[in-house]
Amino acid sequence: MTTMTTTAPPIVQLSRMKLLAGYLRRNKSLGIGLGIILLLVLFTLHGMVTVDQARAYPLKAKPKQPPGILDFSAEAWPGKLPMGSDFFGRDMHAAMVRGMWQTALIGVIAGAAGTLVGVVLGFTSAYFGGVFDAFIKGICQILTPIPVFMIQIIIASSLDKRDVTIFTMAWIVVMLAWMGPTLVIRSQVLSMKERQFVSVAKLSGVGNGGIIFGEILPNLLPFIAAAFVSQVFAGVFSSFYLAIVGLGPLREPLLGNIIWGAQSQGAFFNGWWWWPIWPAAAMVLILSALALINMGLDELANPRIRRTE
Amino acid sequence: MRLQLILRRVAFLILVVWAASTITFFIPRMSDRNPIRERFAELARTGGFSASDLEVIVESYNKKFGLDKPLMEQYFDYIGSVAQLDLGVSLNRFPKTVTEIIYESLPWTISLLFVSAILSFVIGNLLGAIAAWPRAPGWLRSIATPFIMFTGVPPVLLAIFLLFFLAFRLKLFPLGQAYSTGIAPDWSFGFVLNVMWHQVLPAISMILGSVGGWVLSMRGMGITIQGEDYVNFAEHKGLGGRVIFRDYYLRNALLPQVTGFALALGSLITSGSVVESLYALPGLGSKLGQAIQANDFMVIYGIVLFITMSVATLMVLVEFLYPLLDPRIKAD
Amino acid sequence: MTHVLEIRDLQVSYYTDLGRAIALNRVNLNLKAGEKLGLVGESGSGKSTMALAMMRMIKAPGRIESGSVDVDGVDLMKLSDEEMRLARLSRIAYIPQGAMNSLNPVMRIGAQMVDAIRAHIPDMRKEAMIEQCMKSLESVDLKRNVFQMYAHELSGGMKQRVCIAIGILLKPKVIIADEPTSALDVVTQRQVMETIDRVQKEMGAAVILIGHDMGLMAQFVDKVAVMYAGRLTEVSTVRDMFTTPMHPYAQALIKSLPNLKNKGVFQGIPGLAPSLLRIPTGCAFHPRCTQAMESCKTTIPEVQDHNGRLVACHLYTEGA
Repeated sequence: MTTMTTTAPPIVQLSRMKLLAGYLRRNKSLGIGLGIILLLVLFTLHGMVTVDQARAYPLKAKPKQPPGILDFSAEAWPGKLPMGSDFFGRDMHAAMVRGMWQTALIGVIAGAAGTLVGVVLGFTSAYFGGVFDAFIKGICQILTPIPVFMIQIIIASSLDKRDVTIFTMAWIVVMLAWMGPTLVIRSQVLSMKERQFVSVAKLSGVGNGGIIFGEILPNLLPFIAAAFVSQVFAGVFSSFYLAIVGLGPLREPLLGNIIWGAQSQGAFFNGWWWWPIWPAAAMVLILSALALINMGLDELANPRIRRTE
Repeated sequence: MRLQLILRRVAFLILVVWAASTITFFIPRMSDRNPIRERFAELARTGGFSASDLEVIVESYNKKFGLDKPLMEQYFDYIGSVAQLDLGVSLNRFPKTVTEIIYESLPWTISLLFVSAILSFVIGNLLGAIAAWPRAPGWLRSIATPFIMFTGVPPVLLAIFLLFFLAFRLKLFPLGQAYSTGIAPDWSFGFVLNVMWHQVLPAISMILGSVGGWVLSMRGMGITIQGEDYVNFAEHKGLGGRVIFRDYYLRNALLPQVTGFALALGSLITSGSVVESLYALPGLGSKLGQAIQANDFMVIYGIVLFITMSVATLMVLVEFLYPLLDPRIKAD
Repeated sequence: MTHVLEIRDLQVSYYTDLGRAIALNRVNLNLKAGEKLGLVGESGSGKSTMALAMMRMIKAPGRIESGSVDVDGVDLMKLSDEEMRLARLSRIAYIPQGAMNSLNPVMRIGAQMVDAIRAHIPDMRKEAMIEQCMKSLESVDLKRNVFQMYAHELSGGMKQRVCIAIGILLKPKVIIADEPTSALDVVTQRQVMETIDRVQKEMGAAVILIGHDMGLMAQFVDKVAVMYAGRLTEVSTVRDMFTTPMHPYAQALIKSLPNLKNKGVFQGIPGLAPSLLRIPTGCAFHPRCTQAMESCKTTIPEVQDHNGRLVACHLYTEGA
């Protein structure tokens, strides 16, 4: 009836790479998300080596050229611009390369700073409790119903547009993006404080520092990673929105800025469709990749989601 | 007991509005940029105002910002005028007040946001609930999958692609604007139809951009709820599949989603305002975009404050709705 | 005397990544109207699976492989899905294990009772439905105003009574109560059991009581069935089971009950319950059995009748 041949397969020492590849095959959203990010990084690195980034600024190329990549007549090459150029005479390929790493820079700065602030605030507030905790929690609660983007508009529009750089963009985003990670980390620390391993450490005389860095922080790492990814998402997202309404660093070929420029020059009405489409496509890839990674990390942290399929 | 709850919520609402107006008051003052002077310089260059207009503007500017008064006094004056919904005058379209600009653009924003918020919530949650319901046929459950792929894509980007493919390439829809140029606005059937026709792409952008999020969260919720004992017992009672799905599964899974709806309002309005300016619909978002272009600061601050107050109010309203849906809340 | 419940060769498997697990292995059982059977066994022995199989509520990856469940002469396994839906609660009712959570938190108790009736008798008048629900509530010693209440307003014992009231709404022939008292305190346990006992007597339904509290069981049931690794090992009357258990596993179970004579000596059953994925050959109990013989390792003992007691053990095969 029941077969008795359920012998375990021989244990083979798999290399770390193979294990990772195996896991990514199962956790599809994490795998696909990381794959897209890898492709975008390769595109940007390749461009940074092969393209003169000075061409990302106005009057450096023949304006309003359609993308050469779609022109298959061989004699047209090599004079063609692979991704075309815009109304202001920016080489779109150079602009995309520059815009990509600038977007990534904003995202990473905003993500890292926001996560750091969130971890520190959430941690101290939950671990030490008391008045400080009530204060932090109250501020987060009051700020939550206020649409962050609206406040960012106020900040960005009070700045002189000539002063706005990639870094100011990142800081504007960080100033209002620490509530999310603070609340997440706070609730995690609160629940961990009650767990057995922390009480055991406390009872055996481990000091505050030992508990924080030895017991709680290691267990918090998955949540910090997830908070970082969603912070990067929020950073890219809000800087993109600010740029698209014309509050970005206007000189820079930031992806949102390119779309803003295209929109204000009526790119679709005039038939220069490639102008907004390249940055929009890049943005779709970046944001979906980040969303996929986030879903994958969720699945990693909360295995119950896996039951769906 | 109930009254206390309502009072507490209203107090919270006032606190939020106060925080928002305080932020919009102090942040501009932290920069050394003087919006009014800049605006004047610009207007003087183009010569676009008469001397009498200038006097009124200066007067309102003094009243509003009263730079001769101490900062705290300015602040209390400002809070007082916000409390009376006096948001100042437009520098660009003087003598229009900011409140007038908000009133004339509000119907456009409300119609777009209302339709897309409700539709995406209903579609997303229904598809998510079905996707997690093991007894639904496979094809029905898989309808949700394509929407999940749009989860990370903000409505603005969808708007760009829809413009490109459906409006620019296939010429199925107009390339923007509230209604076709050359038609006079009236209440005729043809005009209303024309307006609705121009609203299709913006609405689809908004809906496609937010359905995926609802599908995902509802699917997660559904997986939890379908394992609950009461869903099982409902089946043991011999209830039909439809009744179990609707009364036992969906109703319970929807409860946390309602809170989620309140939290999503902010990002919905954010996306909505950018989508509006992309399609050149004359709503609040477009007005905000134009004000940003024209350095019309009173309008920027006024619209931002108005949107913030509306979102906070709606969130509190949704929270009032919650006890009607979940009988357990009343007990607490 | 005819049987109101006849289970023949009921077999259920779960198809897991690790292989096929036989959770219920060719079970046979008869019950007369008004008879109360206690079904006992360790966790994972297949008690709940048997209840779910009788309700035809086994979900994938589980499957009912074969067998028949006759209730009042109708084989439930042969019904269409829609006919089976109608048979639930009206022919055979299930009172759930987790009564704490078995009521919909957002619907009034009354609405949850009325929809159960409406699912079976759609044309019944609303007032008649309500009256039937009220009567049912009263018969489990609940006040009529419970009809208007929500689950969170009731105590654990009251919730369990509501579940019983729902279970008897349509006067089923067979009632399965799956550990109906597991989450209750001792006093409430007794009251709930007495309630089940009384309604069952009034209705003359056959009751299967699943549980592992042998003490509580002994006071309320007529017969006890012992399950082990998906098989029935012994079915005897309460008196026989507690005084002269025949199957070595039943003997071990009875011995492990605390009693005053050998106070302080805790006697367990050596070894662990087998995984359903790797059920031992022959008699599933043989690795833990103190009286195991050579034949126990190879051949599965058939259930045999010994003066009205059903036992599946080689010890009695030759002698009988």
